Amino acid sequence: MDRLPTWADAILVPVLSIVIAFAISAIVILGIGENPINAMGIMISGGLGSTYGWGYTLYYATNFMFTGLAVAVAFHATLFNIGGDGQAQLGGLGVAMAALYIPWPNWWLALFGASAAAALFGAAWAAIPAWLQAKRGSHIVITTIMFNFIGSALLNYLLVNVFRPVGSMDPATANFPKATTLPNLSSILGLVGIPFSNQTPANVTFLIALLACLLVWLLIWHTRFGFALRAFGKSEPAARYAGISPVKITMYAMLISGALAGLMSINNVMGESGRLVLNSSEGAGFIGIAVALMGRSHPLGILLASILFGFLYQGGAELAMWTTIPPQLILVIQALVILFTGALDNMVRMPVEAVFHRLGKRRG
Amino acid sequence: MSCITKFLGAGAVLAFTAGVAAAEPAIIYDLGGKYDKSFNEAAWHGAQRWAKESGKKFREVEIQSEAQREQVLKRLAQSGANPIAMTGFAFADVLNKVAPEFPKTKFAIVDSVVKQPNVQSIVFTEEQGSYLVGIMAAMASKTGTVGFIGGMDIPLIHKFECGYAQGVKSVNAKDKVIVNYTGTTPAAWNDPVKGSELAKGQISQGADVIYAAAGGTGVGVLQAAADGKILSIGVDSDQNYLHPGQVLTSMTKRVDNAIYNVFKAGANLKPGVKVMDLKAGGVAPAMDKYNAKLVTPAMKAAVDKATKGIEDGSIKVHDYTTDNKCPVE
Repeated sequence: MDRLPTWADAILVPVLSIVIAFAISAIVILGIGENPINAMGIMISGGLGSTYGWGYTLYYATNFMFTGLAVAVAFHATLFNIGGDGQAQLGGLGVAMAALYIPWPNWWLALFGASAAAALFGAAWAAIPAWLQAKRGSHIVITTIMFNFIGSALLNYLLVNVFRPVGSMDPATANFPKATTLPNLSSILGLVGIPFSNQTPANVTFLIALLACLLVWLLIWHTRFGFALRAFGKSEPAARYAGISPVKITMYAMLISGALAGLMSINNVMGESGRLVLNSSEGAGFIGIAVALMGRSHPLGILLASILFGFLYQGGAELAMWTTIPPQLILVIQALVILFTGALDNMVRMPVEAVFHRLGKRRG
Repeated sequence: MSCITKFLGAGAVLAFTAGVAAAEPAIIYDLGGKYDKSFNEAAWHGAQRWAKESGKKFREVEIQSEAQREQVLKRLAQSGANPIAMTGFAFADVLNKVAPEFPKTKFAIVDSVVKQPNVQSIVFTEEQGSYLVGIMAAMASKTGTVGFIGGMDIPLIHKFECGYAQGVKSVNAKDKVIVNYTGTTPAAWNDPVKGSELAKGQISQGADVIYAAAGGTGVGVLQAAADGKILSIGVDSDQNYLHPGQVLTSMTKRVDNAIYNVFKAGANLKPGVKVMDLKAGGVAPAMDKYNAKLVTPAMKAAVDKATKGIEDGSIKVHDYTTDNKCPVE
């Protein structure tokens, strides 16, 4: 059978899947006695209808872009990094230590320092499972999952016993110094004359995430290392025969993956809360898996999928605020989107292919 | 395109009508969610009681992420909700930022102190209530070993643990307190299976009274204790009825009363720190028909004596969160 044209493969099929997911969600909303058209209206106007909504959508999307890229890089080497969440939390620890213990003169130096710390801590947390996989053959899925738990236990211990200011109930670090406050998206867009709500947590990290998308694209498709990575992912024996070291590729892929996941913490820890709280990543590492699956491990796809998930988060928050629809319903919608775009991809793809095939024949 | 405009229109209309229903009180539940069988649920019960009595409505939001704390607070305040109550210390930092922006709105926060002129901070003296149930545990124990099972390993629960241990040692300084925490993630609040495993472990180490300060996990602790024919102590709500005759008492923390009072006061809510201690009925060991047979007259007398001592200041129960230390082990 002919291959689908690129636009149909990258856009038409996912869009159709999303439409089906939303249609089924609408039935669920009807079932709990709410009006699905109103609900969708609130979600769309709340998530995308104002710069305020966009601010929150992009804030969440920034998190998912980093974790999505993290999963994608490892995935190109057929390594399934499920530890993005733990790596992001450790990245948060790096950010917090950099911001609290080093007296930064201004925000952009602090941003460099904190980014380096976040990437370093995230990479370090990925290094151990990577080494175990490369040298010992311990399966990376199992070890990275386990490292999520170890990571959250470690952070819990540190936040409760080490970083928590005396007398504070909250297991969180002290607030970071003023100098480390990152400029929000509204002040950056203001420089080029675009008005944007200043009430949202979207900040300069969004631009770094865009840059990360570009760099990952260059890395995977335009460098020798990227070629080795993909060759190793497609066939390990062939890659070995071509002189590519599996140990090196496994280590490097996971280190880059961990660093990307760790970088997420600049957005939520430094940009949003200005302190490190318990469970700071809030499952973004897992959403990253869905984002990478949906975006077909391509940075552009990941960018779009991240915005979709950011929209679901923000639109879902609006739903919870203005209707009696329980917030768990958003999980249902998210799950349906993942189900149709990830697991049931062929259900949409095959009929679309058949249609294109028939059209192609008629033309021929 | 026209379809999208219609969506937007519908959303705008709804957002508008939602805004009209002003001056309703609102409550924001912490990440554990409304039905956590413990803290948030108690708050919900208080709000429900107010709604039933007054015949009025209230708004409620369960937040789903850290970033939503500020977002939901601001949006509710902008929509005119007043007063706005929130459960959990995790809101303290955000409320400190948001409260000055809405000087006409009253806020109430449970379990933390926020010093702003329009905020009522409601704190409970969990260490005092835990001290009293500690006395009861020590007096009921035959083995001289009692247990404590906490939910998530956070300072608040150490406050319970430390008060309990002080109570136990006040009766018999040689008694042993075995301490276990269920976990280090929020899942530890709702893991009855692990709670029951921990309880079985403590029973095998000789514990014959176990105090569970673990939210939904405590249900498993109480069950395992009942199965193992030993006594248990519930927390937050009165859980004596769960296993009549086998739950020694419950350390009740009346979050429901706190929220009820906030909603009842409405826009006239008095700012400042409100301490819900023994005297105010904020914390207390539950005494009812289900544990009447377990509470001996001597036990009752000891609790009454300690209550009086704490109230007049002759007994000082150390609060763990003031210095992150506990005077007894």
